[in-house]
Amino acid sequence: MKPPPFVHHAPRDVGETLEILAEAGPRGKVLAGGQSLIPMLNMRLAAPEHVIDINRLTELDTVEAGPGGVTVGALARHARVARAGVHPLLGQALRLVAHPVIRNRGTVVGSLAHADPAAELPAVLAVLGGSVRVARAGAAPRDVPAAEFFTGPMESALRPGELAVSAHFPALPPRTGTAFAEVSRRHGDYALAGVCAVVTLDGDLRVASARLACIGVGPVPLVVDLGADWKSAADAARERAEPDGDVHASAAYRLHLVGVLARKAAERAERTAREAAA
Amino acid sequence: MTDGRAASPHEITLVVNGVARRARVPGRRLLSDCLRHDLGLTGTHVGCEHGVCGCCTVLLDGEPVRSCLTLAVTVDGRDITTVEGLAGPGGLSPVQRAFAECHALQCGFCTPGFLCTVTALLREHPTPTDEQVTEGISGNLCRCTGYRNIVKAVHRAAELMAEES
Repeated sequence: MKPPPFVHHAPRDVGETLEILAEAGPRGKVLAGGQSLIPMLNMRLAAPEHVIDINRLTELDTVEAGPGGVTVGALARHARVARAGVHPLLGQALRLVAHPVIRNRGTVVGSLAHADPAAELPAVLAVLGGSVRVARAGAAPRDVPAAEFFTGPMESALRPGELAVSAHFPALPPRTGTAFAEVSRRHGDYALAGVCAVVTLDGDLRVASARLACIGVGPVPLVVDLGADWKSAADAARERAEPDGDVHASAAYRLHLVGVLARKAAERAERTAREAAA
Repeated sequence: MTDGRAASPHEITLVVNGVARRARVPGRRLLSDCLRHDLGLTGTHVGCEHGVCGCCTVLLDGEPVRSCLTLAVTVDGRDITTVEGLAGPGGLSPVQRAFAECHALQCGFCTPGFLCTVTALLREHPTPTDEQVTEGISGNLCRCTGYRNIVKAVHRAAELMAEES
């Protein structure tokens, strides 16, 4: 239960970080909050030769809210982003991420890069159609849309030598409500299944669009576009979900859950959209 | 780049309970092990070593964090408060006294983590609701008490702090 030996690098700025990452290539791993990586090291599920610790990169400890949305830097921790109160859905999701003490260290961008298929934040990025800014030495940074960023369970589009420097969560349109519903074995655990919903009303207060992102029921967050037909949430989610069974829950139970949670999340989001419009 | 196993140790300084302490540690040294093994502060307990149990919780610049999920080198130069640093010159802290008074510990293994967590919780919410207490201690496991007396102790500590301020 101790990390295997590695070389610890503590760069002072992004440029230096990218150089070290380029040299380390596939032998390097970025350490931000460490709330997923250090357990993996302790349990010897990961054994990088080089750990590139970005905790001194205060330039990445940023939460910038603008009319277009919120951009969260790679060192902004969950607790700080939640306190900033800059995005309703991000706030709803962060309350479900582990426990307060873990949220004091874990980072939003780290959670995206970790790409756990049961984690909340990848679903938020996916349902909003956000993106992750990826940097590498000697090249211009690229913005990877959420739909391309999550490539499999614990797998992202990040390539060796790259650093996720920030994530962008687009702002909600007017008359929009959001909700996050999940079921976990214990409060703070990864969800057995979960659904976040974004519902937007038109000028006549009819549902114009509804989108879901489901977690725990496939290798990556499952985005379901319901159009105006938000009442079909449960069936639409169940049709497209491909959950696996494990020691915590059977595939059939997860499939049942995702339908129930989809309906709940869509209803709740619709209600908050009406409150926002009123 | 050198191979991981050949890495040279790092000289770090941690301000632990107000005292600057130096240590020579490999990159992989967990903060929990640095406190216990390198600095001899065995009050911080190590339970699960993957962030679930909360026994190893310490305060990093006043904020509760898992010392088993933090590398010692990462927090070079920072302020750490362990359970050994909670008592003041006048004796046990209000949180410690409340835990004793309310019988909020039995075997005591989880207690250092609870004391650090609750100390920070009451700083943020001086008069917490039941819900805030439950949420605040939700990341700490106790296998003896059933939590009722711990919840009582948190409220009692809030009273003691209010009386004494």
